[in-house]
Amino acid sequence: MFLLAIDWFLIIEKLVLVAFIVTLSMIVAMYATYGERKIAGWMQDRHGPNRAGPFGLLQPLADGGKLFFKEEIIPSVSNKFLFILGPALAMVTALLTSAVIPWGPSLTIGDRLVPVQIADINIGILYVFGVVSLGVYGIMIGGWASNNKFSLLAAIRGASQMVSYELPMGLALIAVLMLSGDLQMSKIVAGQLENGWNIVYQPIGFLIFFVCALAECNRTPFDLAEAENELNMGYHQEYSSMKLGFYLFAEYINMFISGVVMATLYFGGYDIPFVNEASWGIADYWLSIIGFVVLLSKAFFFIFMFMWVRWTVPRFRYDQLMKLGWKSLIPLALVNMLVTAAVILWLKK
Amino acid sequence: MQLTQRAKQVDRRPMTWLESIYLWNIAKGMMITLRHLFMKKKTVQYPEEKRTFSKVFRGLQILNRDEQGRENCTACGLCAVACPAEAISMEAAERQPGEEHLYREEKYAAKYEINMLRCIFCGYCEEACPKDAIYLSQTFAPSNYGRDGFIYKKQDLLIPHPIEDPAGFAKARGEKSVTN
Repeated sequence: MFLLAIDWFLIIEKLVLVAFIVTLSMIVAMYATYGERKIAGWMQDRHGPNRAGPFGLLQPLADGGKLFFKEEIIPSVSNKFLFILGPALAMVTALLTSAVIPWGPSLTIGDRLVPVQIADINIGILYVFGVVSLGVYGIMIGGWASNNKFSLLAAIRGASQMVSYELPMGLALIAVLMLSGDLQMSKIVAGQLENGWNIVYQPIGFLIFFVCALAECNRTPFDLAEAENELNMGYHQEYSSMKLGFYLFAEYINMFISGVVMATLYFGGYDIPFVNEASWGIADYWLSIIGFVVLLSKAFFFIFMFMWVRWTVPRFRYDQLMKLGWKSLIPLALVNMLVTAAVILWLKK
Repeated sequence: MQLTQRAKQVDRRPMTWLESIYLWNIAKGMMITLRHLFMKKKTVQYPEEKRTFSKVFRGLQILNRDEQGRENCTACGLCAVACPAEAISMEAAERQPGEEHLYREEKYAAKYEINMLRCIFCGYCEEACPKDAIYLSQTFAPSNYGRDGFIYKKQDLLIPHPIEDPAGFAKARGEKSVTN
């Protein structure tokens, strides 16, 4: 008996894919912390972590172990349920975003076509936006439930920052949607395979998107939510042990996912530039693997960009942040959108 | 007034349009950090690598011996008097017949203690000593688990015997280069 035309193979296939993607996000996030510290070190003429294992490669494991064994403190005046919900929500929303990303060209196993994508829903990019906006709740609930004025202030800052920067991000994206004519992630990538990468048509849109992605991930220069010198530690001040680890981890997963989203939307997803890989005549599982690696390397480049910006630019002041968001980025995104629309109309006339 | 030629006047002109969109300046800054990514690292990897000290570096004290390995110290107490931190204490004893190979003169320090938690490494003990018996060496960073361990006894302070352990003696004297 089949319910909803879902057969066992589909369930197994999706489960395997989910497990793989979640594990991958975790590992990438783990080693992103290592990469962050190494790059920070190199940019400051230091070596970075180099004691745990060869080249310090075991450092993330040591950090994780340390966080697990630290004492777990829940403030007695906090709301316990919400206090635990905060980091859990941050982690879940960070992981959820990866569901709609096409990780590579489709595979053929037996006589089935297996897309390397967990859910190819037709509102893909809206789903990404929906989940990313839910990420605010992780910060907001965590900061509020701590019952600490610094946490609360940081959470308010974080929430208003994320809400403000979602607008120009969405406006920049509308121009992309006009080009592709579809919200489905796989079709956006397919369109770029045909017509060339969106970055060629939307350089300003990409710039706006990148700046907003920095703000959405709470990265420097927009890490107002964890401004140590003003707010002690920010919204996770009262957190300790693995709950703190979850918050920090979620930030790195967000970085990875936003890198992948940027690669998918503007840099052709799993497309290899300047070559037609379909004409090589190699088995399609090789194509899938190559496409996947290409997408990952694009995402890693964006992670490097995030870190590079972080260790170059100092933190914005709060009024500068709001001014940049509302008075510069939103008008710029609107103009970009209108110009794109006008050009599309003119070409189709 | 300028103390050095490196001082720069702060530019308080309002930002130009190019500066007000930040991007150009951020790009310039990012090129600087990118250059630093490939520069030689300034770190001295401490336990494996040690930095060179100047010849007058004042580290932990050592009690000196002469070429035949006899202790120089006569327990006169001048170092203890000179010590501003009152870190040095000692007890004198008389040399017995048959101990001439151990002590250079007829009086010696039976007990000699320096409290390294009090010592400020000023080097006045070295200056005060008329017998060339106490020196500040190139060794530094004493570490211990308890306070008692920081009270250095005579056997902790004595230089290695020049005949039985010539390499250790030379190293403690700083005659071999103490670099890396």
